[in-house]
Amino acid sequence: MKAVCWMGKKKMEVQTVDDPTILNPKDCIVKITSTAICGSDLHLYDGYVPTMEKGDILGHEFMGEVVAVGPSVRKLKVGDRVVVPFTISCGGCFHCSRGQWSCCDNTNPNAGLSEVLNGASGAALYGYSHMMGGYAGGQAQYARVPFADVGPIKVESDLPDDKVLFLSDIFPTGYMAAENCGIEPGHTTVAVWGCGPVGQFAIRSAFLLGAPKVIAIDSVPERLRMAEEGGAVIINSDNEDVHDRLMALTGGRGPDAAIDAVGMEAHGSAYDHVKQTLKLEQDRPFVLRQAMRAVRKGGVLSIPGVYSGFIDKVPFGAVFAKGVTLKMGQTHMQRYLQPLLDLIRDGKIDPSFVITHRFPLTKAPDAYEIFCKKQDGCIKVVLDPSN
Amino acid sequence: MKSTIVVPGNQGVKITRACTIMRPAAELYQFWRHLENLPRVIKHPATITRVSEVESRWTVSAPPGDREVSWTSLIINDEPDRLIAWRSTEDAEIPNAGSVRFEIAPGNQGTEVTVSLEYNPPGGKLGAWLAKLSGEEAGQQVADALRRFKALMETGEIPTTEGQPVGEPQKSKRAKS
Repeated sequence: MKAVCWMGKKKMEVQTVDDPTILNPKDCIVKITSTAICGSDLHLYDGYVPTMEKGDILGHEFMGEVVAVGPSVRKLKVGDRVVVPFTISCGGCFHCSRGQWSCCDNTNPNAGLSEVLNGASGAALYGYSHMMGGYAGGQAQYARVPFADVGPIKVESDLPDDKVLFLSDIFPTGYMAAENCGIEPGHTTVAVWGCGPVGQFAIRSAFLLGAPKVIAIDSVPERLRMAEEGGAVIINSDNEDVHDRLMALTGGRGPDAAIDAVGMEAHGSAYDHVKQTLKLEQDRPFVLRQAMRAVRKGGVLSIPGVYSGFIDKVPFGAVFAKGVTLKMGQTHMQRYLQPLLDLIRDGKIDPSFVITHRFPLTKAPDAYEIFCKKQDGCIKVVLDPSN
Repeated sequence: MKSTIVVPGNQGVKITRACTIMRPAAELYQFWRHLENLPRVIKHPATITRVSEVESRWTVSAPPGDREVSWTSLIINDEPDRLIAWRSTEDAEIPNAGSVRFEIAPGNQGTEVTVSLEYNPPGGKLGAWLAKLSGEEAGQQVADALRRFKALMETGEIPTTEGQPVGEPQKSKRAKS
C-alpha cells in the first residue's frame, strides 16, 4: 500500500509499504477512504517531536471500511464503515471505565518512554512518535486499528466522509474544549485564541452549548473570516490590543471562559502568521499568558492546544489570584463520538465547513508544505487515498 | 515457612515496583502462581520450567542474546490470593530472592500488585551481562513486565506494534535483523 512516511524535518515521502495485518486478537484492519492532516502533524513535520524515526507512517485523522477483524472482535464486522478516533483506548482499565479514555493505561507499548518525561503514560496515538506508542498512522491506504470494539464508531447512515471524518479528532477536541468551559446557556461568554480547525470547532461547539457570545482571536484573515461566519465576534491580534478589546467586549469583566486553541502549535509554525506578528517563536506560551490575564475572576481556562514540555514565565499568580479553574488534556474521544455524530445527522452542524484543500494521498508532501506555510488560505487538508 | 537469607544485606541490588490492576486478586495470583505463564509478560526471552509444586528452573537470556543465566527457584512462602515469595537455591550463579504481593486497592480500583526483587551481582562469566544490569535497568524490566501483566489481565492482550508496516529505511533494517 501507499503510506505517508516521516523522513526527517520537513521531509515527507509517499512510500510503498507492506499492508497491515492483524497482530492482536482485538485488532481490525481499515481500508481508508478519507484521511486528513492535523495541525499537530506539523510538529512532526517541523521536527519538534522526539522519538520519531525515519520511515514512521503518519496520520491520526482517518476513516474507512473494515476489511478484516481479529478473533476477539465482537461488535465490528467486515464491511462496516467507521471513523477511527486518534487515541487508542483499551476499554478495560480504570481510566477507560471512568470515561477518561485518553488516560488509558494499556495501549502504549512504549509507556516507559512517556513515564520518564511525564511520570505516566496516557493512551497511545496513531502516527505520533514512538513515545506515544509508535503505531503506524492513517495517512495510508490501510491501517491496523487495535481494540476495534472500543475505538471506531460505526457510521451507518449515508452521510458523506467529509461530514463525519472530523469525528476522528478536531470536532470532539473543539467540543470538549467548549464543554470544559462549563457554559451556562445564555450567560457564558467564551473567548477562543487560535482559529485553526480546533478553534473553529470550539467556537461552533460553544454556540451549540448555549454561549450567547463567542470572541475569536487570531491574525490570519481567512481564519477570522471563517470564525465570523460561525457567529463569533473577531479580534485581529495584528491590529488590536487583545486584552483591551476583550475587556471592552465584556464590560470590563473579562471573558467567563477562555480557550487556548493554540498551545505549543504556535511554535510548530502551524500558526505562522500568528507567530510572526506576536513573536510567538521567542515567547511560546504567549497565548496562555494572555488568556490567564484576560479570563474573568472565578472563570475557566480550557486548553485543547497541545503542550508537551516546559513553559517559561507563566503568570501563575494571576490564575491563583482570580481563582481560575484550569482544564486540559487530550480528548476523551469515546465520550463524544456518538453525541456528535447525532448532531451531524440532525443537521445541527456540518463539519465539512473547515475543509479548504484536497489532495490525493500521493501528493501529501506538497500538501504538508502548503499547510505548513499557510499558502493559498489553507486551513484544513483532506487526502484521498484511493488510486 | 521461614525464609533464609539469600542476599546478604548490603551487597544486593533491591528493586520494588508496583502497579494497580482492575482485576480480583485471586485471578492475578492464579496467573502468577502458574509460573509457566510468566514468560508471556517478561519482555526478554525467558523459559520457566516447573520442576515441582514449589521448584522451578529459570533460564533468562539477556541482550545481546548470547548470554544465558539459569537458576533454580524455590517458593518459600505461598499465601493464596495474597503473596508469593521465592528465592534461588544455594547453587545459583546469581543469588536472588523476590516476592509478589496482591492487595486490594481502595475504592473500586482492583488490586495493587507489588513486586520486590533482590539479587547479588557476582563477577565471573556473567560479568558482562551483570555490568549492564544496573539496578535501574532491572527496575525497568520489572516495570515493563508489570505493565504487560496488567494489560494482559485487563484487556486479554499485550499492546504491540511488532510486525506492523513501516517505511524505509526501517523496513530494510528490520528485514535484516
